[in-house]
Amino acid sequence: MTQAFRIENGGLINRDKKLSFKFNGKTYLGYEGDTLASALLANGVHLVGRSFKYHRPRGFFGAGVDEPYAVVQLYRNGETEPNIKATEQELFEGLEAKSVNCWPSVNFDIGAINNFLKIFLPAGFYYKTFMWPKSFWYRIYEPFIRKAAGLGVASTKHDKERYEHKYEYCDLLIAGSGPSGLAGAYAAAKNGAKVILAEDKPRFGGSLLTSDVNIGNQSGKDWAEGIIAELKTMPNVVVKNRSQIFGYYDHNMLVMSEKVSDHLPSTKKYHPNKRLWYIRAKEVLISSGSIERPIVFGNNDTPGVMLSSAAKEYLKVYGVLVGRKPLVFTNNDSGYETAIEFKKHGVDPVVLDSRKNPESEIIDEAKNLGINIKNSYVVVAAQGYKKVKSADIASISEDKKQLGKIENIQCDCICVSGFWTPTIHLASQSGNKTKFKEEIDAFVPGQSKQNEITLGAANGVFSLEETLKTSFTVGSELSKKITENDNKIAIPNVVEKKSSQHDKFWCVPLPKGKNYKRFLDFQNDVAVSDVEIALREGYRSIEHVKRYTTLGMATDQGKTSNLNGLQLVSEIENKVVPAVGHTTFRPPYTPVSIGAIVGREVGKHSKPTRKSPMHSWHEKNNAVFVDAGVWLRPRYYKRGNENLFEASKREAKNVRTNVGVCDVTTLGKIDIKGPDAAELLNRVYTNAWLKLPVGKARYGVMLREDGIVMDDGTTTRISENHYHMTTTTAQAANVLSHLEYYLQLVWPELNVNVVSTTEQWAGAAIAGPKSRDLLQKLFPNFDVSNEGLPFMGYMEGDLFGVKARIFRISFSGELAYEVNVESDYGNFMWEKIMEVGKEFNIQPYGTEALSTLRIEMGHVAGSELDGRTIPFDNALEGLVSKKKDFIGKRSLQRSAFIAEDRQRIVGVVPLDKKTSIPEGSHLVKDDKAPLPNPKLGHISASCWSVEYDNPFSLAILKDGKKMIGEKLFAMSPLKNKVIPVEIVSSHYVDPKGERVRS
Amino acid sequence: MLYINCPHCGMRSQNEFSYGGDASVKRPELNKEVSDQEWDNFVYNRKSLRGKHLELWQHISGCRQWIKVERDTATHEIFRTFKADEEVA
Ligand SMILES: [Zn+2]
Repeated sequence: MTQAFRIENGGLINRDKKLSFKFNGKTYLGYEGDTLASALLANGVHLVGRSFKYHRPRGFFGAGVDEPYAVVQLYRNGETEPNIKATEQELFEGLEAKSVNCWPSVNFDIGAINNFLKIFLPAGFYYKTFMWPKSFWYRIYEPFIRKAAGLGVASTKHDKERYEHKYEYCDLLIAGSGPSGLAGAYAAAKNGAKVILAEDKPRFGGSLLTSDVNIGNQSGKDWAEGIIAELKTMPNVVVKNRSQIFGYYDHNMLVMSEKVSDHLPSTKKYHPNKRLWYIRAKEVLISSGSIERPIVFGNNDTPGVMLSSAAKEYLKVYGVLVGRKPLVFTNNDSGYETAIEFKKHGVDPVVLDSRKNPESEIIDEAKNLGINIKNSYVVVAAQGYKKVKSADIASISEDKKQLGKIENIQCDCICVSGFWTPTIHLASQSGNKTKFKEEIDAFVPGQSKQNEITLGAANGVFSLEETLKTSFTVGSELSKKITENDNKIAIPNVVEKKSSQHDKFWCVPLPKGKNYKRFLDFQNDVAVSDVEIALREGYRSIEHVKRYTTLGMATDQGKTSNLNGLQLVSEIENKVVPAVGHTTFRPPYTPVSIGAIVGREVGKHSKPTRKSPMHSWHEKNNAVFVDAGVWLRPRYYKRGNENLFEASKREAKNVRTNVGVCDVTTLGKIDIKGPDAAELLNRVYTNAWLKLPVGKARYGVMLREDGIVMDDGTTTRISENHYHMTTTTAQAANVLSHLEYYLQLVWPELNVNVVSTTEQWAGAAIAGPKSRDLLQKLFPNFDVSNEGLPFMGYMEGDLFGVKARIFRISFSGELAYEVNVESDYGNFMWEKIMEVGKEFNIQPYGTEALSTLRIEMGHVAGSELDGRTIPFDNALEGLVSKKKDFIGKRSLQRSAFIAEDRQRIVGVVPLDKKTSIPEGSHLVKDDKAPLPNPKLGHISASCWSVEYDNPFSLAILKDGKKMIGEKLFAMSPLKNKVIPVEIVSSHYVDPKGERVRS
Repeated sequence: MLYINCPHCGMRSQNEFSYGGDASVKRPELNKEVSDQEWDNFVYNRKSLRGKHLELWQHISGCRQWIKVERDTATHEIFRTFKADEEVA
């Protein structure tokens, strides 16, 4: 394939390296340094997609971030990504892309029938059209819309690419490497400031790459290259291309997306695809430049109609002619610069200027080159369906209301310039209240809100000389404040052509009898007529007009459409633009891939994983793990073909008959030291703590100030002023914060220190009737008899040379102990327990058996202490002191908390003694009652009782105390189950608690 | 993301902190008779101010100290920060 529209020489592409790529299945050639857009244009391809609503043919409109049309589906290295702008995607060998929004193909598109039905798809059609009948929605409307609309298809496969996050701090962050960005960065860098300069494009230099200017006796482009080369050598400067600063957040935090690998056929080993930078900058220079705005005319969405600056960029940067018979339509001098470039490359453009008699150096140059210029002329409509073939043009009256006689002239592209719109997004995101600048018909930043200064074209300053002067000065001054260096920089001499005033003209009137679509928003297909309808239907606020018409709501966020939309609203409403106001600019400035936002926090890295010191033993012994908060805990140990139910039953049964061992390392542990430690516990827990002797443990319940149970656990008095508190696995961090809150803020007079020791101790619970025999063998030199180590007793022992803490506490309801050793010895302890326990038929048990054991004993846990229950509800009111005050006590007097029929924990057994009750089931009196069936309570936890060999559940039930013996129904609409049940005591096994004391 | 000056550690990003609510709330003293209204005010009733607000934050991934932060709830501007025991003038 030839690149018929590539000029012989020129451009910044690497002509020594040809690349082959595919678009819609066809193979083309381009060069290294091309974008997908420039390479397609070099091959004469202008038709790239279909528009969103009417499926009209769409080509290229811009050459960069502002592109509204050329959105493609990209295929790279076996992956696919939607919503890629062809104007931003750099070419690489083997690139494949496809058009979106077209079905079955870009050349024959069924959706284009919308174009002929467009009277049915006016503004607000989303809200009006697909409403009735309701039954049509799922079957007809939605599948149709999904097929016909949208901007590509997201991959459903796991993304193999890696994305990184980086945190950075700097003195000056500079957004954009055009003339203002380069000057600001250079001046600040010379003063020794820590500078980050970010450029979204692959090449640095911004407008200097395409403008015909001289700085310090060099071309603008050469000057830019020199500055960048010098900045790159400086240790205090980070220079980043392919990096878009897309968000300006609170306290001068900016976020930048760096495309590390998108320009390569595949990502290099150990490299990320993208890197997201969180940058905290002392000062921010916004040098984001400006975007050319279109002039609105009939069929202005036809492929071949594009921004004049884009045409110039394709020519100067990529060596590509966007047409051989160009028509330039302008209201300012920028169009002439494009025309001059065409002429220099042997192409004869025609310039239509809406102005009557403009004069400037640039226009003189165009005239001297013999360019055909028509003043007071406009394009009325583009003609041609899939490509511009000609243009209807006419002269226009001075008031811009009357068109002269329509003439048709041949052309193959129309390059439009409606003057320049400063890119104020970042300033606006920072909180800067923008102001309307009459001379340029656009908004510019007003008073700085955070530490941001906007420079150059982004600030509405279009003179290079002024831009450089200001930017050098600002860079110098800001950095001087930070580094106290003051290196004066000579401001280089600038040669640029002076421009004349632009014409305040943005929309060509419709000729009589014609009803051309004149588009404002090219990506969302919003035309002048749509905004007119919205206003006619009573929408006034620009924010409402935006949402109703979807103007500016596409992925390009209206970069080319916003101001023209405002002009239209203000004209119809007879208001000035600043009174209409613009819609809010929100991050991100350009679409950011979800992968980059998520970073490395995917899959198992989406949260930290904590493992106990015995983890590898569990792994080796066929443990099946379960997430318990951030911990991985053995759920059960699989033997042969056992399933969860069989294994957990076996493990629980072995605890009830022999002895089991459970890894309880994950329990929260807090070391509490100080002369007032007992006083703190006394205030934090609901029961009394002042008289707990050394060497004893006590069970405690703590409340929040609103009376709700926060956590429970045992705390042991290790020595006079030293306590060891345990918390549930889930609440460990909250309890520590809770204690710190009271110690630091409420009772600073208490002399106590608290520190988390969860990770310092490995814990093993040894439970079952044979646990004492086992313990005696583990600690042969210690008296662990019922007298030597009674229930709730504590002692320190020696486990084959390792210091151990032994607590006689029980969660299973059996005779049980907990042994703690320093974490490093956890595995040693575990192996010793297993080895010595062999003769007692020891088995390890997991969280499932642990649950079974505690449920049938009626011990409460997280499923009952769910942030909605008070001590009474959990049958813990016996632990609530009447004598002393404690956190949350006053709340327990609330009327609902002392109501006669207050909810309370109960046991639940199915009448058939067979059917397990799903957790979360509701308890109701009458299973046939009309909905909503009054709920009396809910099932909080279910198990298979190994003691009685039938299902057993715990429930929180209204008036539970009086309900024992009642027959109710457990209903689970989710599982479609209705189970007749009997309410029993929550203490299903060993209600007197004799085993733990045996 | 806010940038908070921990009086113990210096400038740190918001993601090292956890929010703790209105710092002007005083817990009624222990063992004191408290009316329902007073207790409700302490536990539940907050002003959802627009503007300057003195609030608690804990430097949870840093020094673990609770601190007071004077912040504008509308603009997020932070004016001053204080240690837990510092009087706010
Ligand atoms: Zn701190």
